[in-house]
Amino acid sequence: MIEVKNLTRKYGEHTAVDSISFNIEDGRIYGFLGPNGAGKTTTMNIITGCLSATDGQVIINGHDIFDEPVKAKKCIGYLPEIPPLYTDMTVLEYLRFVGRAKGLKRAQISASIPDVVAKTGLSDVTNKLIKTLSKGYQQRVGIAQAILGDPQIVILDEPTVGLDPKQIVEIRSLIKELGQKHTVILSSHILSEVSEICDEIIIISAGKIVASDSAENLMGRFNSHVIIEITVKGDPDRAAEALAGLDEVLEIEIDDSLTGGMSKLFVKADSDIRAELADILVQNGIAYISMNVERANLEDIFLKLTDNGGEAFTAEEDAAYAGTEENEEEEGDE
Amino acid sequence: MGAIFRKELRGYFTGITGYILTAIMLFMIGYYTVSYCFSYHYAVFEYVYASAVLVLLFFVPVITMRLFAEEKKQKTDRLLYSLPLKMSDIVLGKYFAALCVLALPCAVSAIYPLLLHSYGNFNFRLIYTTLACFFLLGAALTAICMFISLLTENQIAAAIISFVILLLNHFLNNILGVVPASVTAYTIITVVAIAIIGLLVWLVTKNGILADIVSIILLAALIAVRIIKPTIIEKVAGGILDKILLFDVFYIMVDGMLELSTVVLYLSVVVLFTFMSIQVLERRRWA
Repeated sequence: MIEVKNLTRKYGEHTAVDSISFNIEDGRIYGFLGPNGAGKTTTMNIITGCLSATDGQVIINGHDIFDEPVKAKKCIGYLPEIPPLYTDMTVLEYLRFVGRAKGLKRAQISASIPDVVAKTGLSDVTNKLIKTLSKGYQQRVGIAQAILGDPQIVILDEPTVGLDPKQIVEIRSLIKELGQKHTVILSSHILSEVSEICDEIIIISAGKIVASDSAENLMGRFNSHVIIEITVKGDPDRAAEALAGLDEVLEIEIDDSLTGGMSKLFVKADSDIRAELADILVQNGIAYISMNVERANLEDIFLKLTDNGGEAFTAEEDAAYAGTEENEEEEGDE
Repeated sequence: MGAIFRKELRGYFTGITGYILTAIMLFMIGYYTVSYCFSYHYAVFEYVYASAVLVLLFFVPVITMRLFAEEKKQKTDRLLYSLPLKMSDIVLGKYFAALCVLALPCAVSAIYPLLLHSYGNFNFRLIYTTLACFFLLGAALTAICMFISLLTENQIAAAIISFVILLLNHFLNNILGVVPASVTAYTIITVVAIAIIGLLVWLVTKNGILADIVSIILLAALIAVRIIKPTIIEKVAGGILDKILLFDVFYIMVDGMLELSTVVLYLSVVVLFTFMSIQVLERRRWA
């Protein structure tokens, strides 16, 4: 478990990480999401002891990373943005070195290397020089290094950047697998990736946490209503009039720029009331071609949160949110 | 520390660096052995080491150049920082690996006087003291050059800067000998030395104010002395230089005068520069 309290990091006048606090619970996959330069890498570097903080505290399984760095680092496996590989070593030599540096016993090293190699799919290349491997394989060596010795927490900085689509899929499924045994923190600026892999999402923008929740909750929180898009044939005004009779309908917009006598209606409602809408249209003899629910997706939430430079929340929302956070985490544990 | 040591040592001998350097050093020692002992029939093996000292001028920069510069460039320093290692483990592991490369030709050449002793009267005590000092000198230079490697990101730059500094260390007294206006010359050297001290204070503490204060106090002292009694500068600076120029004290030792101060000087340089390397590595995370 990691506790981060009021972590601040300044580079001269520039504040890269601005007094952020969060807790990482055991056994879950966390995603750090944010545009480039938001402070993801800086935060990860501080948690892993590669960088010092200007202010604040990072406690890993009870060990302060600044006061007891060696003990804290033993709980962590880290893959930086650029995999830190000694390219003139073979995969096996490299993993042996990392094992020794992690303070593993000889027997532990010889027992855990085959395990890690199998997990990361490196069995065929163990005796090859790292510099001869493709980018995807090098990334796997980086991950193998991080999970060697079974650290409780695995931190991966942009693990899929620069890989081809097939490799991305493979690495993602590997990370999901890791999540069953380790606590995983990964960073990414790709939304679909984070929403696909992670249990919890922490959105960072301009050095501040602007949201931290599960993917569903995030979407739920920002979607108090749905918009139903209906394509009708015939008079759109008549359709709108009929639909407006429903209590749940909040607002209707008409787009009659379509050809072939068709128009689109955008019905804003509290919930998904497609069945009721269809009933009314049929009762009124209006022909409708299609009906879709449009939800604001994570993409919209992300843009909304990060565009404002972290001011998407008002102070009240922040306070309300801080209150709910703990409850949600407890739910997560159950 | 063991893991870093093994990795570095392996690094020297999986490539060609370790072999080539060992070969060159042994070749030069062999060459001087042939000239002194065979051609001139001198039974003074210590001169061989006295001449081989020049080889250290490039030997040491080459063994130290990649120690840290390469880690920084390949971004593998991130790995070292995130592994559960103390900064001293990293610095000492690397330092001892470099020392091993230096020790190899020293150890091999230690056999030569034994092989030759039936042909002449060798002063073994002097020879092996010279060898020990040769190694200590190399160790001190290695510590300095490792520190330089830590400050650069490019190993060629590290090698060149190291080489220039060692060269200056070797020839400074010769240069001063031919410069006529010696008070001015020593004043300039003292100013440079103060600048270096200020820079080192800043590198180790990352405290600009402290470095400025130290430099200003030293400069003020220098100016005061320069006004009151300029000849003192030559005397004091010259005296200190004679004591701290690493090569000069070695040559005095070869002539048969081993002073405790020589050994103390070499060991102090080793301790000072490894300590400063650890501090810089530690401070780098604050950068």
